[in-house]
Formats: sequence, structure tokens, C-alpha cells
Amino acid sequence: MERTTLDLWVGLFVVLGILALVFLALKVGNIGTIDTTRTYAVTARFPNIGGLKVRAPVKSAGVVVGRVGDIRFNTQHYEAEVVLNLNSAYAFPVDSSAAIMTSGLLGEQYIALEPGAEEKMLAAGGVIKITQGAVVLENLIGQFLYGKADEAKAAKPAE
Amino acid sequence: MAERALGGIRRVGHRAIETVWRMGVAARFFLLTLLHSGICFRRPQLVIREIFSAGVLSLVIIVVSGLFVGMVLGLQGYETLQTYGSEEALGVLVALSLVRELGPVVAALLFASRAGSAITAEIGLMKATEQIAAMEMMAVDPIARVVAPRFCGAVTSMPLLAAMFSAMGVFGGYLVGVVLIGVDEGSFWSQMQAAVDFRQDIVNGVIKSTVFGVAVTIIALFEGYDAPPTAEGVSRATTRTVVTSSLAILALDFVLTAFMFRGA
Repeated sequence: MERTTLDLWVGLFVVLGILALVFLALKVGNIGTIDTTRTYAVTARFPNIGGLKVRAPVKSAGVVVGRVGDIRFNTQHYEAEVVLNLNSAYAFPVDSSAAIMTSGLLGEQYIALEPGAEEKMLAAGGVIKITQGAVVLENLIGQFLYGKADEAKAAKPAE
Repeated sequence: MAERALGGIRRVGHRAIETVWRMGVAARFFLLTLLHSGICFRRPQLVIREIFSAGVLSLVIIVVSGLFVGMVLGLQGYETLQTYGSEEALGVLVALSLVRELGPVVAALLFASRAGSAITAEIGLMKATEQIAAMEMMAVDPIARVVAPRFCGAVTSMPLLAAMFSAMGVFGGYLVGVVLIGVDEGSFWSQMQAAVDFRQDIVNGVIKSTVFGVAVTIIALFEGYDAPPTAEGVSRATTRTVVTSSLAILALDFVLTAFMFRGA
């Protein structure tokens, strides 16, 4: 096939375009960070997940060790059931606990894993039994107000 | 008086019927083009020429505007984020706005005015100088020989151009944010990488730009093919291409965004 300078320019154009896509995928996006690693799934039930989203990070000691794979409602316990895809490189004791935390004041929510002390490790399909749901601001304010009211009641007889 | 009112109504009705009619012809034209797109694989040399005129020649305007759009985003974003003490989120702001919206949309708008108008003028002039009629006379299907290669070339160029626009924009944001203003380089990139999702943001951006490419190209081709074979007809068709495809891009962008980023 005969070659023309046109082919060279078009080839250059296509290479540049693909380079831009690769730059976007690798440098701007997060492909190949955790998705390519092998994971195992464990579930945890929470009374309230707040604003937790699928793909939210699972952190232990602040390090991302997995991602939230799925969130559904369990009609047997009437609780939220969250599937955590944990990186196979990390194993956690069966009595580890999970809590839903917020990063920063207005940041997104993530799951914090606190390792337990058991010798046995969580395997695929395992369940994290000790959980703490998201803090709901309204409940917090309610507790604060009741606490204040109780304080006032306790203070009265002393007068 | 009643006569004039009636005339007005008649004109509106005429315009409406005319528009619907043209829409039908355009849809048939689109289907015919798709049917004849097989020629792009049989004679790739034709497509290479069109990628050159639609893609390579749009390169300069895309790269330069991408760079400046990114730089402006960097400046403006910094101004706003600084008041909340979160300048490090500048990378996220620049990358997400470019990859999701500005990259595909602005690149498509530039593409419509740079390449779309050229396609319309070229085909319109071919028709005005009776080259299209001559092809038909020689039993060469003009849709297969003239329209389909331009369609393939422009549609492949568009996502590549949009990707280059976004990449240049991120680089421009980096230049202004990190090099000029002095936002921390590490958190600029790492926060960006944490926030930009490959499937959700980058692939959706590519899908968007492909859809815009199809819309712009088919509008440009149809306007050229349908233009009255006069100097005025071609000039009007070229104007209509730019106006219609810009509106189509913005409307399609709304629809696609509503589909892609609803809730999530």
C-alpha cells in the first residue's frame, strides 16, 4: 500500500487522541488503583447507613482497604445490608467492627474497619457482627436537648 | 385584516409542515448513510482523507481552546475554593468539569463551527457545481462515495478531539493552579484521582462526545446535501449547520447528563 504524508498526519492525530485518553484514564481518573486487585466480599448490617454510597471507600487506620460493593435493605432484620469488597492482600479478624464515618466536616461517608483480636480471619461471605451506623444529626440534637432537660431536672432539687 | 391574520397562520403552518418534512428526509438520509458506511472499511483511504480535514485541521483550535478553558477554570475555581479553605480541591473541580461537561460540549461546539461548516460548504458547492449529479450519472452513489466517508471520518475524530481538549484543559488547570498560584502538587493530583471515576466520568464523556459527533456530522452532511444549489443557498446552509448543530449539542447534552449522572 502506498504511503502519503496524509497518513502520517492522521496517524499522529490518532496517536495524540489515544494518548489523551490514556492520560485521562491513568493520571486524571482512578483506573488501576483498586479495581484491578482481587477482592473478597463480606457483609455488615447497619441500623442506618446515612449517606453511604456504593463505591465509597472502606478504610482501616485511614488506609483504603476496599470499597462498598452493594447496599440493600434486609427485610428479615429491617436493617441495611452493606457488601464490602475488601482487598485480598488484607485479612481481618472475625470480631472486627465496622462503623460509618464522615471524612471531614462536609465530606463523603466511608466505612471504618476496626480490627478485632480473634485468631480466625474473615473469609469471603463472612459477616461483620459489631457495627455502628451513621450518626444522624437530628438524633444527635434530640439527645443533646434531652440531656439538657435532664440536667435541668437534676439541678432543680439542689436549689 | 382577517385576510392578513389568515395569511400569518398559513405561513406558520407552512413552516411547521416544512420542518417536519425536512426532519423525515433527514432521518431517511441518516439511515442511508449508516447503510452505506460499509465503504469506510472497504476503502479506508477515503476515510483517512476525511479524518485529516475534520480532525487534524481542528487540532490547533481544540488544543489552544482546551488549554485556555483549563487555565480560566483554574483561576476562577481557585478564587471560589479559597474562600472555603479547600484550594486542594482545585484539581477535582477542573478535571470533573472538563471530563464530564466542558470537554465534550465545547469541543463539539468548536468542531461544529470548524469542521461542520466546512463539510456543509464543501458538499453544498459540490451540488451547486453539479458534481453530485455527475456522480449519479456515472452510476456512482454519492451517498456512498461522498457522504459516508465524511460521516465515518468526522465521527471517529470527535471523541479523540474531546479527549485532547479535556487533557489539555487539565494541563492548563495544572499550569495555573500548581505552577502559577502554588496549590500543593501532590494533593492536586491525588484528590483528582480519588474523585474522577473511569467508568462514571471518563467513559461517559467519551460516549457524550461520540453522540455529539454523530449529531454534528449528520446535520452538516444533510444541510450540505439539501442546500439549494446557489451561492446564497450554500451560505444559508452553512449558517444553519452551525446554529442547528450548536442547539442540538446543548439539548442532547442535557438529555445525556440527565441519563448518566442522575442521583448516582
